[in-house]
Amino acid sequence: MSSIKIELRQEDVNKIKEICTSFNNDPQELINVLHKCQEHFGYLPAEVQEVISNELVVPVAKIYGVVTFYSFFTMTPKGKHPVSICMGTACYVRGAEKVLDEFKKELGLQVGQTTNDGKFSLSSLRCVGACGLAPVVMVGDKTYGRVAPDDVRNILKEYEEGK
Amino acid sequence: MAKQKIQIIVCGGTSCNGNQSELLIDNLRLELEANALENDVRVIKSGCFGLCNLGPIVKIIPGDTIYTHVKPDDARDIVSEHVMKGRKVERLLFTDPVTKKVLATERELSSHKKQIRIVLRNCGIIDPENIDEAIAYNAYEALGKVLTEMKPPEVIKIVKDSGLRGRGGGGFPTGLKWEIAYKNKSDEKYVVCNADEGDPGAFMDRSVLEGDPHAVLEAMAICGYSIESHKGLIYIRAEYPLAVSRLKTAIQQAREYGLLGKNIMGTGFDFDIEIRYGAGAFVCGEETALIHSMEGLRGEPTVKPPFPAESGFRGKPTNVNNVETFACLSPIILKGAEWFASIGSIKSKGTKVFALAGKINNVGLIEVPMGTTLREVIFEIGGGIRYGKKFKAAQTGGPSGGCLTEKHLETPIDFDNLIAAGSMMGSGGLIVMDEDDCMVSVAKFFLDFTVEESCGKCAPCRIGNKRLHELLEHITKGKGTLADLDRLKNMSLVIKDTSLCGLGQSSPNPVLSTLENFREEYEAHVTIKKCPAGKCKDLMEYFIISANCVGCTACARVCPVGAITGERKEPHVINPNICIKCGSCMEKCKFDAIIIQ
Repeated sequence: MSSIKIELRQEDVNKIKEICTSFNNDPQELINVLHKCQEHFGYLPAEVQEVISNELVVPVAKIYGVVTFYSFFTMTPKGKHPVSICMGTACYVRGAEKVLDEFKKELGLQVGQTTNDGKFSLSSLRCVGACGLAPVVMVGDKTYGRVAPDDVRNILKEYEEGK
Repeated sequence: MAKQKIQIIVCGGTSCNGNQSELLIDNLRLELEANALENDVRVIKSGCFGLCNLGPIVKIIPGDTIYTHVKPDDARDIVSEHVMKGRKVERLLFTDPVTKKVLATERELSSHKKQIRIVLRNCGIIDPENIDEAIAYNAYEALGKVLTEMKPPEVIKIVKDSGLRGRGGGGFPTGLKWEIAYKNKSDEKYVVCNADEGDPGAFMDRSVLEGDPHAVLEAMAICGYSIESHKGLIYIRAEYPLAVSRLKTAIQQAREYGLLGKNIMGTGFDFDIEIRYGAGAFVCGEETALIHSMEGLRGEPTVKPPFPAESGFRGKPTNVNNVETFACLSPIILKGAEWFASIGSIKSKGTKVFALAGKINNVGLIEVPMGTTLREVIFEIGGGIRYGKKFKAAQTGGPSGGCLTEKHLETPIDFDNLIAAGSMMGSGGLIVMDEDDCMVSVAKFFLDFTVEESCGKCAPCRIGNKRLHELLEHITKGKGTLADLDRLKNMSLVIKDTSLCGLGQSSPNPVLSTLENFREEYEAHVTIKKCPAGKCKDLMEYFIISANCVGCTACARVCPVGAITGERKEPHVINPNICIKCGSCMEKCKFDAIIIQ
């Protein structure tokens, strides 16, 4: 599965167990369990999936299947400031591709990657529903609208000085 | 309802939220407190007004004054001028994008005149986080009527007679769906609301859920009563946090008021609603895939029959309807099937909400009677194309639909006419494209989406779409041939015929319709290797018109690869072998000396 090996601390294991119990260890609640776990850990490494597998009594392969099926779940940690560029149709026709290219250039990242210092990660997503502001970029929870390639550097600057 | 004399309604829809409407609300409240007005004036965060490109929007009642592009700093003027002195803040009043006149109220807006609001009846009017306001606007009255005066078959008959068809895209008659679910007897049945709005560029469902969540809850309870179910589930995208939180608040409030839960309104009918989260998979909009996803599985579709109405969630009869379909319901119950059937065209009744986006002046949500023509939507309501460019195409139905062109402008928009025109209604995204958009690239963009979202279960969709995408990639790189165009068409038809679910059966539509309507554009790509719209990078060449070039050197300085040479005050030239076609020089040139050939 994932090449990154991590060691789960006992408290992390307990947290996963607590989440599973809150859904009565019901395998039908797997997606809700995964949502809660990702909220807690930021991503879903193989080790977390193994604990869930034991708790819900679902083969870990099945869980891996579900995690990789849905684009919302990720097995690699996101950056401290996740950058998402909307590639919905409205943003696309208003030039989102050029904005994405600029972010790739500025951050030196491809979509799905995280910077070495863990500060930024880059992803594209499909429509955040703010088509009136197209093209739209989100950094964390903050939305930037009508972004032009020239704005990219300034957006990143907001997050660079230890903010 | 509210005891306060003045209400300031601030749009809390996603576009306005992204434009700091939250901060604006805080500032308004602070200003009111500073002037000891907090008991007289109420600030309400509403759902989407539908005027997304003018946001953030503020509406003041009484008087219905609308302010546009309101910044957080404008809170002071709104309070000190409008609220305290009764003087309108002139600079924030908005001008009609069509007539250029300054308008005082939204009713004067020309784009509003062709619209009828049934689904969006309360959006931008009520506070979606306050059930009392919803009730003041007739929420749960239809449920009361159904529970106390009607038998389930009577409700189903009204829905059937109204001619309501599923708004998720398929257009299946809603009443018939309910009847099938009603006739399948079982100890347990489920009502599911499909709020997995994955179509890129569509935000209708989200706006309804954010602006008027009780409309959906009430309709689900009505459906529950009609098909004899006691359990409702809303399947919503996790990417819609605002809609989720408003739904949760609404469900909680409805339970407290005895409008959900046990013994609703003392009639002995039990019905409760739970929220289930999607996790970003377009295919989950398909009802069988959606049901699997709710069961904690991969969201892969299965062959129908059995239909969900026979065997759905946990193997029990399940009725799945879309958010917009549900939102039509209580007006139908209250005003009658005949009223609803009087709106719209012969086979498509009622209204349809569209999310207008792309190269159009008035981006936003609109609701028009079925049968409104494309011209009315784009030019009268949408205010025409941005920057006075030429209309080229409008995509309806998102990645599953097709494009409509100039020759379709007079086509009345309804389910059947759109299919006849090679597109489909879809969920209601309507993306407008202008002369600068390359239709081959647009088709490739949609295929890109389908390839990523194909669940991989059946071969035609998994492999076929990938091949289609490769062919389009080839063509946009100038490596295509005329034979490739026939190959595109044949493969598209095979994928349509042989795919398992709606995703694969409709994914080649953008290719087929662009091929049909813009064949000459495809041909230009493969024969003379040119992109007429100037979008396909590999087929472009940047060129400096020496007569226009004054030798300011701006282009040479901005060029990242040093492809531009020339002496100061002398015309420059671009070396096509070094040029990476980034377009920076063209953006910098003030003399229109750089063109694409």
